[in-house]
Amino acid sequence: MKYLPLIWKNIWRKKARAIFTLLSIVMAFALFGLLSAVRAAFSGGVELTGADRLVMVHKVSLIQPLPFSYMGRIRATPGVEAVAHATWFGGYYQKPENFFGQFPVDPENYLSMFPEILLPEDQKRAWLKDREGAVVGRRTAEQLGFKIGDRVPISGSPWRRKDGKEAWEFNVVGIYDGAEKGTDTTAFMFRYDYFDEARARGKGLVGWYTIRVDDPDRAAEIAQAIDANFQNSPAETKTSTEKAFAQGWANQIGNIGAIVEAISAAVFFIILLVAANTMAQSVRERVNEIAVLKTLGFGPFKVLGLVLGEAFFLALVGGVLGLMLAQVLVGGVGKVLERFLPIFYLPSEAVTTGLVIAALVGAIAGIVPGIQSMRLPIAAALRRG
Amino acid sequence: MLRAVNQIAQISLLNLRNLPARAGSSLVAVIGIAGVVAILVAVLSIAAGFRETIASTGAADRAVVLRQGSTSEMVSFVGGDSARLIKNAPGVRFVDGTALASAELFVIVDLPKLPAGTPANVPLRGVEPAAFAIRKELKMVEGRPFRTGTRELIAGKSAALSFAGLEVGSTLRLAGNDWQVVGIFETGGTLTESELWCDARVLQPTYRRGNSFQAIYVQLESEAALAKYRWTLDNDPRLDVAVERESDYYAGQSQVLTDLITSLGLVIGIIMGAGAAFGALNTMYTAVSSRTREIATLRAVGFQRLPIVVSVMVEAVVLGLVGGAIGAAAAWWMFDGFRTSTMNWQSFSQVAFAFRVTPDLLVLAVAYALVLGLIGGILPAIKAARLPVATALREL
Repeated sequence: MKYLPLIWKNIWRKKARAIFTLLSIVMAFALFGLLSAVRAAFSGGVELTGADRLVMVHKVSLIQPLPFSYMGRIRATPGVEAVAHATWFGGYYQKPENFFGQFPVDPENYLSMFPEILLPEDQKRAWLKDREGAVVGRRTAEQLGFKIGDRVPISGSPWRRKDGKEAWEFNVVGIYDGAEKGTDTTAFMFRYDYFDEARARGKGLVGWYTIRVDDPDRAAEIAQAIDANFQNSPAETKTSTEKAFAQGWANQIGNIGAIVEAISAAVFFIILLVAANTMAQSVRERVNEIAVLKTLGFGPFKVLGLVLGEAFFLALVGGVLGLMLAQVLVGGVGKVLERFLPIFYLPSEAVTTGLVIAALVGAIAGIVPGIQSMRLPIAAALRRG
Repeated sequence: MLRAVNQIAQISLLNLRNLPARAGSSLVAVIGIAGVVAILVAVLSIAAGFRETIASTGAADRAVVLRQGSTSEMVSFVGGDSARLIKNAPGVRFVDGTALASAELFVIVDLPKLPAGTPANVPLRGVEPAAFAIRKELKMVEGRPFRTGTRELIAGKSAALSFAGLEVGSTLRLAGNDWQVVGIFETGGTLTESELWCDARVLQPTYRRGNSFQAIYVQLESEAALAKYRWTLDNDPRLDVAVERESDYYAGQSQVLTDLITSLGLVIGIIMGAGAAFGALNTMYTAVSSRTREIATLRAVGFQRLPIVVSVMVEAVVLGLVGGAIGAAAAWWMFDGFRTSTMNWQSFSQVAFAFRVTPDLLVLAVAYALVLGLIGGILPAIKAARLPVATALREL
């Protein structure tokens, strides 16, 4: 501990260099944090899916609707605990740039299927009372300025109204939050009974079903049993775990995300190597000072500790500051990207991984000059200076 | 004046000739800048390739008619009666008494994406016979066109390369029926090459669409005929549709993903650029301090401050340019023409495309590297100019 002031002085020996080295480490870790958020966004929340939930879509493609009448038969399948359905509505608010997911759902089924949707009890009651009521996620509500009590028109949906009006109008009766920071709070949900009665065609059809099973370990087996129910019917089904479904979605986006990540990771390490090189160099330049320390009686391990301590300090402070900057950036960039990527947050594993990498950088930058300093022959080093 | 220019040239050349002596630390700055530039170019080339593939699909003398308010074919709906009116409105080109207009369906089918075999949304377009005359760029490269009224389909070349099971002669099972792949077509690298085509009348019952369509494609009499055509459709009370020039429609279809990738690329590029600039600053400070005595000597024999500043800046800019050139070349070599496919969120369907490192991007890359070099050079250059001659000469 008493050597801390010495380490501190050594670091600031060349102020400009120390600051720029620190800043380049900060930038590298800010980038690392941002990329972790991008990765989480592109993977479409695969980590956040419920292990006990299945998703059932039409076998031909997920754009094909399924009969509402399947509901009862799914529930009757052994192992099925609950069923909810949703449909892609595909409209926008005022202009096409304002898009977000809208889904007609059965409020009670849907909310109990997705406990990560946190809706205050009184707002839920209001929704059950108002046929034209809708609840909207916090993020979309803030972005578009929706407040409880607003009447909002949604246009552009492929679902036409039978009364011929272009826009569907809803009353905002609730605003929900997510139970976890990765929960999607961009959705806009309204009542299926109202939707089914008012639509011009496709009555009795829904987009997909979400199914809760009583035993996650038997999920695959139950999924097969459900699909077997509908084999050779006009609308054959394909049921998979919610995780596999989200993964499939991420696979559709393909390797673009992976490519961006891979090359960014390469540059992250290049910047760190540059910084580590500078740190090592600054020790090499002080060879004769270290020789003086050794002359004064500093043992080899104390010298190693001094050099390593300096490197660790720079790397860790840079890492922590960088991850803090990443947190700020993710918030700011998230605002810009939120219309493309509804889920955008800094995953907590990324912080842990980042700190481990920072410690490694400190070790790598410090170990070589540290060992050199340990072995330094005093007389030769003093003469060299 | 002339003397100053002469001094600048002399010192800068001296400096650059000495550069190899400082190779180690210079290399560090060059690698940092090259890395940043390479990734900026690579990410932006994704957006450029994607945009180009989609935008090149549309022609100015063709029009797309969708339902009013629809943002893409995927969410559009046009009834059979409306389609007939739309196809025969004034402004459409007629050949031998029939309109060059095709009412089309646009759906997706689930096919395994190569190489991993994960399911992907592949677009399937049901067309009418006129579609081939409207898309003059479409050429069969293998097999033959599908026969009207049969469950046959043809695949775009990009689709055939990106998804499994699309060889001529193979069979696809869609909604309980077998479909034959009978040909492969090319359209010069446009979005259409990512699609499968079949007869709209056969697709309608398969996807339970009754007598309805999603989009009408028409060949206009001329580019200028769009106004007349739009006026007619807008003023027909039986219709509730919007007409758009095909080139405008497709330019808009790439917007979301292009914006996303471009903003990501710029954010990443700026953050990493800052990191690399700090690295370059360190390099140049080291360069200046290793030349402290040399610079002091030059000042002592009568060289002025400006030439010293310029010489340091020149060195930094050269390092930046070298880094930029290496980075841009690496990105071009690794990514130009790299083929992949992704889902276009606006149409829910897969688009196969190639990365495009355009000349614009290369210029941007080198310009950015130059800026990074300048930032890296300016402070050290000022420091070099301010060195007090007497103390600096004494320094080791």
